[in-house]
Amino acid sequence: MQRELKLQREADPEWARHLSERPGCEGVFSCLQCGACSGSCPLSIYMDFTPRRIIALAREGFRKEALRSKTIWLCASCYSCAVNCPRQIHITDVMYSLKREAIQFRLYPKRFPVPILSQEFYKMVRRRGRSSEFWLVLRLALRSNPLMLLGMLRSGWDLMRTGRLSLKRERIRDTGPLSRLTAERKPLPARGLAPGEVA
Amino acid sequence: MARSYGYFPGCSLKGTGRAYEESLLTLFRVLDLPLAELDDWNCCGATSYMAIDETAAFGLAARNLALAQMAGQQDLLAPCSACYLVLRKTQDYVGRYPAIAQEVNTALGNGNLKILNSVRVRHPLEVLYMDVGTRRLSEKMQRTWHGGPVACYYGCQMVRPYTEVDRAFNPTRMDELLAAVKVPTVDYSLKTKCCGGSLTGTTHSVGVELNRILLKEAVRKGAQAIVTVCPLCQYNLDAYQSEIRRITREHIEMPILYFTQILGWALGGDIGSLGLKRAISGRKTIGQWFTETRVEKEAYA
Repeated sequence: MQRELKLQREADPEWARHLSERPGCEGVFSCLQCGACSGSCPLSIYMDFTPRRIIALAREGFRKEALRSKTIWLCASCYSCAVNCPRQIHITDVMYSLKREAIQFRLYPKRFPVPILSQEFYKMVRRRGRSSEFWLVLRLALRSNPLMLLGMLRSGWDLMRTGRLSLKRERIRDTGPLSRLTAERKPLPARGLAPGEVA
Repeated sequence: MARSYGYFPGCSLKGTGRAYEESLLTLFRVLDLPLAELDDWNCCGATSYMAIDETAAFGLAARNLALAQMAGQQDLLAPCSACYLVLRKTQDYVGRYPAIAQEVNTALGNGNLKILNSVRVRHPLEVLYMDVGTRRLSEKMQRTWHGGPVACYYGCQMVRPYTEVDRAFNPTRMDELLAAVKVPTVDYSLKTKCCGGSLTGTTHSVGVELNRILLKEAVRKGAQAIVTVCPLCQYNLDAYQSEIRRITREHIEMPILYFTQILGWALGGDIGSLGLKRAISGRKTIGQWFTETRVEKEAYA
């Protein structure tokens, strides 16, 4: 059984400092813990930790707890928190930064569909330059839970009869710049980034 | 007004959001505003690409900005809220972080493309409000609305965090545009509450619940339809109404329209070219509302 209680000595304050140096994450240490983010978040009631708690965990250095949470994947990027924050912390961008690190170190919840969708979307767009909705949903279902296709029959049929379902696999002509963008990506160092380094 | 706008459709407007593209093109044709689709545009990256690789996500969006710049476009129209936000955010981050700018430039530079922030990313709602204006819409009005009151739903990413289109939490410009063509709107308090985006496809029950709340509030305020500005909002509100009826046994069935469909119809656009047949919910209501009724000249004198 996993222990619920966290001890301060298990935290990694060095990681928190690195996090606060990434683009968009600069404000985490100025957080007041006021909860305006959680209050305005339309998804906070479904999260395992509210956005305020994620900021609290992250800046104390509880890396694994923050990265393994479902919260970061339930964030739909609506930017309510960021606009409401009295300290102008870009909370949505902090969530993105945590998502990227969770993907990098495979710390996301297993078979949880959101990170799988992100990965499949990334692969498709990197290769072809555009996303094709039908094929994306198919790949998502096959990798997370093929049974979800059954639940999608109705909406699939609705889209088909209204001419909104395209089976075409879109692609652009010049994919050169896109492959160069991802060709030599430096992986994130295990403990975070060196001071001044950009993720 | 002969100036042309660069047009970045994005992936959705070629698929599930096809009705948005059709009605947008019709509306701009009626208004004599030329749209030039960006040649060989690529996906903006939406919310998912950013979750894997930040710099590559900015590079992806930047390629479109560079293409628009090379095509000599000053304005780039992005009708999808996610595309709009990502393109704006890219300009913001490239401007603020030299390290990101340098990496993006290197990757694009090899393809003889340069990222420049001179291109102005715009949403059609803002173009209609600022460049056309409510007065001109009233003057050009051709058909009188005889449908019910509608709820204007702005969603999240168009108004936040970059607030050039409208205010972040209490936007009113869509209501004003519709008022100009005499379409009654209700005071919709959830107008900027998120629809959940792709969550309806991933964590389905959560996504559907968010949309049930949005629909129910619109009904409570007396709206008979919801008007949207984003292909994802339209899809989420439109596609799951039968499922919501089945789960909650509440009778919710209403058309989910694009603001371009109502404006294009009111200004006399061809009814067959507004994508109205692509709606999933409230098809009967749509058929009754969008008919060939002309404004009687006496009423205007």
